[in-house]
Amino acid sequence: MSGPLHKDYAGAKLGMWLFLFTELLLFGGLFLLYAAYLARYPREFGTAGGQMHLGFGTLNTVILITSSLLVAMAVTAIQRNARRMVLWLLGGTVLCAAVFLFNKYLEWSDEIGKGIYPNSPKLVAAPPGESVFFSLYYLTVGLHGLHVLIGGTLLTLVAVRVQRGTIHAGDYVLLENGALYWHLVDLVWIFIFPLYYLIL
Amino acid sequence: MIPVENVPPAGDGGFWNDTGKTGITAWIFSTDHKRIGLLYFYSVLTFFLIAVVLGVLLRIELMAPGRTIMGPQTYNAVFTVHGVVMVFLFIIPGFQGSFGNLVMPIQIGARDVAFPRLNLFSWWLYIAGAAVIITSLFTGGGPPDTGWTFYVPFSERTGTNVSLAVFGVFIVGFSSIVTGLNFVTTIHRLRAEGMTWGRLPLFVWSLYATAWVQILATPILGITLALIIAERFLGTGLFDPARGGDPLMYQHLFWIYSHPAVYIMILPGMGVISEIIPAFARKPIFGYKMIAFSSLAIAAAGSLVWGHHMFTSGMSDTAILVFSFLTFVVAIPSAIKVFNWVSTLYRGSISLEAPMLFALAFILLFSIGGLTGLILGAAATDIHVHDTQFVVGHFHYVIFGGAVFAFFGAMHYWLPKFYGRRYAEKPAVVAWVLMFVGFNITYFTMMVLGMKGMPRRYYDYLPEFAPLNLVSTIGSWILVSGLILMLVNLFRGLFKGEPIDRNPWGAATLEWTIPTPPPTENFEEEPVVTHGPYDFKGAGIP
Repeated sequence: MSGPLHKDYAGAKLGMWLFLFTELLLFGGLFLLYAAYLARYPREFGTAGGQMHLGFGTLNTVILITSSLLVAMAVTAIQRNARRMVLWLLGGTVLCAAVFLFNKYLEWSDEIGKGIYPNSPKLVAAPPGESVFFSLYYLTVGLHGLHVLIGGTLLTLVAVRVQRGTIHAGDYVLLENGALYWHLVDLVWIFIFPLYYLIL
Repeated sequence: MIPVENVPPAGDGGFWNDTGKTGITAWIFSTDHKRIGLLYFYSVLTFFLIAVVLGVLLRIELMAPGRTIMGPQTYNAVFTVHGVVMVFLFIIPGFQGSFGNLVMPIQIGARDVAFPRLNLFSWWLYIAGAAVIITSLFTGGGPPDTGWTFYVPFSERTGTNVSLAVFGVFIVGFSSIVTGLNFVTTIHRLRAEGMTWGRLPLFVWSLYATAWVQILATPILGITLALIIAERFLGTGLFDPARGGDPLMYQHLFWIYSHPAVYIMILPGMGVISEIIPAFARKPIFGYKMIAFSSLAIAAAGSLVWGHHMFTSGMSDTAILVFSFLTFVVAIPSAIKVFNWVSTLYRGSISLEAPMLFALAFILLFSIGGLTGLILGAAATDIHVHDTQFVVGHFHYVIFGGAVFAFFGAMHYWLPKFYGRRYAEKPAVVAWVLMFVGFNITYFTMMVLGMKGMPRRYYDYLPEFAPLNLVSTIGSWILVSGLILMLVNLFRGLFKGEPIDRNPWGAATLEWTIPTPPPTENFEEEPVVTHGPYDFKGAGIP
């Protein structure tokens, strides 16, 4: 491989994939705790999981999958140099991210209003496993929400560069890596959704 | 004596010139891997020396029973900060950041790493994390007193500044990840023509294995530390038995990272030894493939043994059996390396210069550290010596006697290449003797004390342990006097010593084929590699 370093697409993507591994492992620690505590408190997890808002969870799942589709289409569009299309698609993705976070805000407000939050008097009095379930829920979903925020910001910056023409059909590795990051955000949610909303 | 081609003044020539910027900005904003390597080198060396001072203070406190120079709370803080600084600010970032950066791109025939700006970013993250850790010592409730492992429940309840210290370690961990993914990408993508995987220097192989451990293990540390902070601020109760949590889960998560982390510390050291031994035995390395393979095997198997830190914590017998077995498995690739190094020495034309002496010390001290590790890895004996001074002695044999002696070896072996001048040989040997003797007196005594039942991390002890503690403390003074002599001699040599040629040791890897000090672009034209890293005949070295 010769030529200037920054033209090494395969290298740039390899680096991104390695970074995505680290993100998976970061969440992996929380999933590990989930597995261990689910095995210890299956009944309490069941009771606690029953109090989750399935509607919000499902809606957000649909929103994230849609956003993943949009960003994947944006990558295809940039290859065809359809800049206006790329901007629309990226805008759609970021909008999905914002709606996702807004839903999350409504959902958490409702739960906190019911006295469900870490160290709340209600949870301290509840059976031990329930407190563990909700603590894990807030930490995992909170960390995921932080990633939605980072991903949304990242894609906005990518969109600015597309607008300026520094990302184009001949050099779009940044857009591709941004899209990879967004797929990761989506993927993590695909695990969070059943674990916290569906199987219990 | 090799004729000297050109004699630039110290800190001049090659990459020392050739920059548009001036003063300190030519360094702290440089993306040249050699400059970043030196930035890292001096940063980690500074923290090493700070932690050495703390270690000496600990030994002075333990010189006699009762209070000697500090109170119990100070003692707790000092051993915690000694551990945190040594582990997170010196030895984990140390090899990859300094010699990894300085040497690895040249050894694979590249101009720089794959992501030079990310490389600089990793150093800045490291400095930012270090600054946060230092801030934690002087603000809030004072320096953390939990031990470097931050075990719950104490780390959740202590009033000291644990949250900030933990946050600093979190940032340093991110720096480590960035370096890791940069190195993996570099080694995959930027090898020169002809630099096949079978021709990679063994130092590069060890960095490659280490980088994977950094990538795969460090995120777990990140989430674990984040959980401590969440526990302290949000009261999530995930490790609190009263709320259904389990402190054992913290220990699992912590050691899932921190056991592999000891391989982050030791693997590059093993790589250094694999470079020094063939160069000073004038013989191709014995068992190249097995040494390269064993680095990967250590990285892989080493990720599955974390439970051996928890034999007395209340795990199930099955878990103890499995982790004990896996611990013995990881000893195999380590032993493979030792046997291959010794076989390389056999009938070699050995020249006992300073780097070689450090390498030989490494083999002995690491072997002692490794074998005492098996005493800890076997559940039956571990329960006897768990949490005693034996563990402290063992750990220092592996990490100080192993990794840090290798680091010293690397300093003598590679730094002259980057400065164009070398240290005086005789004081280097004297320093080595002092350190070797002092080291063994200090830490072997600790292992004996542990066998006799003296616990670790205790401020005070029974009178019967007093004589051996005094011996250990005196040993630490010998060790430190050797260290001072070594550093003075080394740095005086680098700045004022005898100039050296391209290849003072007669080694066959690529970094010795380019001018001394290396030019900014490393190679005038892209090298084409035609022989292996230890093929002295192929490299035309007599």
